[in-house]
Amino acid sequence: MAARGGVGVEADVAALRAQFAAGRTRGAEFALKNLKKWMKPQKVSASLMTFPSTAMVTAEPLGVVLVISAWNYPFSIAAGNAVVLKPSEVAPATSSLLAELLPQYVDSTCIKVVEGGVAETTALLEQKWDKIFYTGNGKIGRIVMASAAKHLTPVVLELGGKCPVVVDSNVDLHVTAKRIAAGKWGCNNGQACISPDFIITTKSFAPKLLEALGKVLEKFYGDEPLRSSDLSRIVNSNHFNRLKKLMDDENVSDKIVFGGQRDEHQLKIAPTIFMDVPLDSGIMKEEIFGPLLPIITVDKIHESFALINSMTKPLAAYLFTKDSKLQEQYEAGISAGGMLVNDTVVHLTNQYLPFGGVGESGIGAYHGSFSFEAFSHKKAVLVRGFAGEAAARYPPYSTAKLKILRGVLKGNLGSMIQAILGFPRGK
Amino acid sequence: MGRVAPSFEEVGGKQQPAVGLGETVSRTVSELRVAYESGRTRSLEWRQSQLRGLLRLLAEEEAAAFRALREDLGKHHAEAYRDELGVLVKSANAALREVWVPLIAFPARAQLEPQPLGVVLVFSCWNVPLGLSLEPLIGAVAAGNAVALKPSELAPATAKFLGDNIGKYMDATAVKVIQGGPEVGEQLMEHRWDKVLFTGSPRIGRVVMAAAAKHLTPVALELGGKCPCIFDTLGGSARDLQTAVNRVVSGKWSSCAGQACLAIDYVLVEERFVPVLIKAIKSTLKRFFTDSDHMARIVNARHFQRLSGLLKDTSVAASVLHGGKLDAKNLCIEPTILLNPPLDSAIMTEEIFGPLLPIITVKKIEDSIDFVKARPRPLAVYAFTKNAALRRRIVEETSSGSVTFNDAVVQYGIDSLPFGGVGESGFGQYHGKHSFEMFSHKKAVLTRGYLIELSARYPPWDGSKISMMRQLYRYNYVGFVLTFLGLKK
Repeated sequence: MAARGGVGVEADVAALRAQFAAGRTRGAEFALKNLKKWMKPQKVSASLMTFPSTAMVTAEPLGVVLVISAWNYPFSIAAGNAVVLKPSEVAPATSSLLAELLPQYVDSTCIKVVEGGVAETTALLEQKWDKIFYTGNGKIGRIVMASAAKHLTPVVLELGGKCPVVVDSNVDLHVTAKRIAAGKWGCNNGQACISPDFIITTKSFAPKLLEALGKVLEKFYGDEPLRSSDLSRIVNSNHFNRLKKLMDDENVSDKIVFGGQRDEHQLKIAPTIFMDVPLDSGIMKEEIFGPLLPIITVDKIHESFALINSMTKPLAAYLFTKDSKLQEQYEAGISAGGMLVNDTVVHLTNQYLPFGGVGESGIGAYHGSFSFEAFSHKKAVLVRGFAGEAAARYPPYSTAKLKILRGVLKGNLGSMIQAILGFPRGK
Repeated sequence: MGRVAPSFEEVGGKQQPAVGLGETVSRTVSELRVAYESGRTRSLEWRQSQLRGLLRLLAEEEAAAFRALREDLGKHHAEAYRDELGVLVKSANAALREVWVPLIAFPARAQLEPQPLGVVLVFSCWNVPLGLSLEPLIGAVAAGNAVALKPSELAPATAKFLGDNIGKYMDATAVKVIQGGPEVGEQLMEHRWDKVLFTGSPRIGRVVMAAAAKHLTPVALELGGKCPCIFDTLGGSARDLQTAVNRVVSGKWSSCAGQACLAIDYVLVEERFVPVLIKAIKSTLKRFFTDSDHMARIVNARHFQRLSGLLKDTSVAASVLHGGKLDAKNLCIEPTILLNPPLDSAIMTEEIFGPLLPIITVKKIEDSIDFVKARPRPLAVYAFTKNAALRRRIVEETSSGSVTFNDAVVQYGIDSLPFGGVGESGFGQYHGKHSFEMFSHKKAVLTRGYLIELSARYPPWDGSKISMMRQLYRYNYVGFVLTFLGLKK
């Protein structure tokens, strides 16, 4: 059952700590592929310096973790933690559904859902957690990290950014347009942290790209997109107004080359494309998080690199090209959480790739085994025997001892043998 | 080639409020950014040249390094070599040998490409002043970053050694040493960094992290804790007992006189075994520390006061079994053993960081597990035991940065083991490959071709498209193919 913030939160956290301390979360069995493998201690090579010895790294749960904006929770549970989920209040129906259903499917003494807004989140952040996982924006990310600092709590922050899409002229145009459209408008109508935010392409190629995008959009959503049931609406009126403001900016509104329709009543905005808005306009300074797509043109495609590097590092950077050299340069020259060539968004689904940001787009990563790691502590374990006592390491120090130590640390086998055999003798 | 402007260098232990400190720091930071943006630090050649430069520094200036450590801490050069220089030589060589440095190959379908984070800041600590400065530096340059290093002002000779030499042996435009005290640290944290590694106390750790939060700067905190040593009976072998006691004594007093985050803080042992243990420790102390030259001194008067203060409490003083002599003039405290000081006294609630060893008795050795569990998680848990069941319980039921059985502190030198804390002892791990990873961003790169197009992902959506997606996510390839071919809904 979902709890509300304030005093209830403190009691909840204490109860979770008790459960964790009692070892209740460690036996959690989830049918996650590879879980057993991840849980196994990893043997590592112990160096000859501590011969004889065995060394390993074992993953242990961190304890009680807080996950804000919750759809990644299964992984924290897989790592054996007790968890509090705070779903986003911006999606209230989903939040209450989670609060209602989750306890019916999992051990609700170890996994709790706390619903609420700013007050509840603030109350939660005052508690001491063993890790905090936050998905959202940079402004709140800073607040979360500052709260975490008081308790020395490590954090994972999945933030956003303006994910650029560089489109070269050497591409399969139709497929490119489809994949950009799917990534932009097919994912919650642009309201996703990895949605393509804006396009950079050459002046000569832009008209062709625009035409292709237009064709694709018509195919996806018909000629009256506001009436298509496949188009998500804007999540709430705050965001609708925010996007309206970006569109209506006097330096931007005359750059609309496709779409522009909106319905305040339904909170719907149609896929809208802009050509060459000013770089200092609102739509180019903040993460759009909506169905507006600016196309910025450059003379040569390489100029896109400088533009992208002048902005903060994004969560994802996209490139469409068949030119392998351009690809190499992009990869080396652009820093982003993740990079996808010739597609958008789908790198999210590859469970072998970590998903996370860098710089302003975030700290830490998850997905697949990386999630398990995000919620675990990799504990180093060294087991030594009593044989091989090396007198050389103990005082009183002497030149002879130092000589052996030097050799051992340099990996000199002769010195190691001497050390193990107890040289120098008699001390 | 030079080091950073000395205008804010400490003079005689007192901070000079430097004119334009903020501007000087800002300038240093922008120089590092310019160096990084030039792309120079990213090449394999640059990284190798820095590591080689560091190795040459450690070889050519070894005597000066020993002198600095002796001056700052009274550290014997054997201890200095064993714990600091030797380890650094090993680490730098390992970094040069390993192939972590990525070759920029044509991207395969899906790969993880480690990239430098950019411009990183390393705060070092006074007790292992060379090691805690240069070990992170090795990782940071191996990963291709530009680096600012702030050594602790409480080990001024070593800080000066670093300031004098780093610029000579390494690329001074991209690797800078910044001198000063807390106010310099504050100024540095006003800026955004691509990563900050802080080694020190939890109190300052909080301050650093809070400052980092303003810029979303990722941090790693290497803090401390009270590292317990669980001492089990060892089956009666006198030789093994002596070996174990050698290692305990070394793990406490031979590690900068107990002023080390990995030093044994206190011992837990069964009541009946106490006389044997204490006798063995005393005789070993006598054998090892034939003169005060072989044990480091206390770093400064403030810490000396702090440690003497721990012994002032009457019930604590009454529990002193051995040692306890304080020499304020030479900042020396002799190896001191206490038996069952009160558990709520400062010596049992704060990290000791000094040559005082409380021995706490338990009825049976398994009780020590609950004792350790009830307390904040330390950087290391030590246990001397031959009992495999006890070993397993310790690993599974206690939590700490690391666990070492039948020895102490040596895990520090093992490259393959990550070094770092958990809970109150910190977060973030380094050493060996982990150092490289600490200062890298693992960028996921996925490349697709144009050939295979999956129409199911595109709107307009219908039942069969949704079924196909469901099947794909469940790895139900047969079902997917059937639906695709229209043979299944």
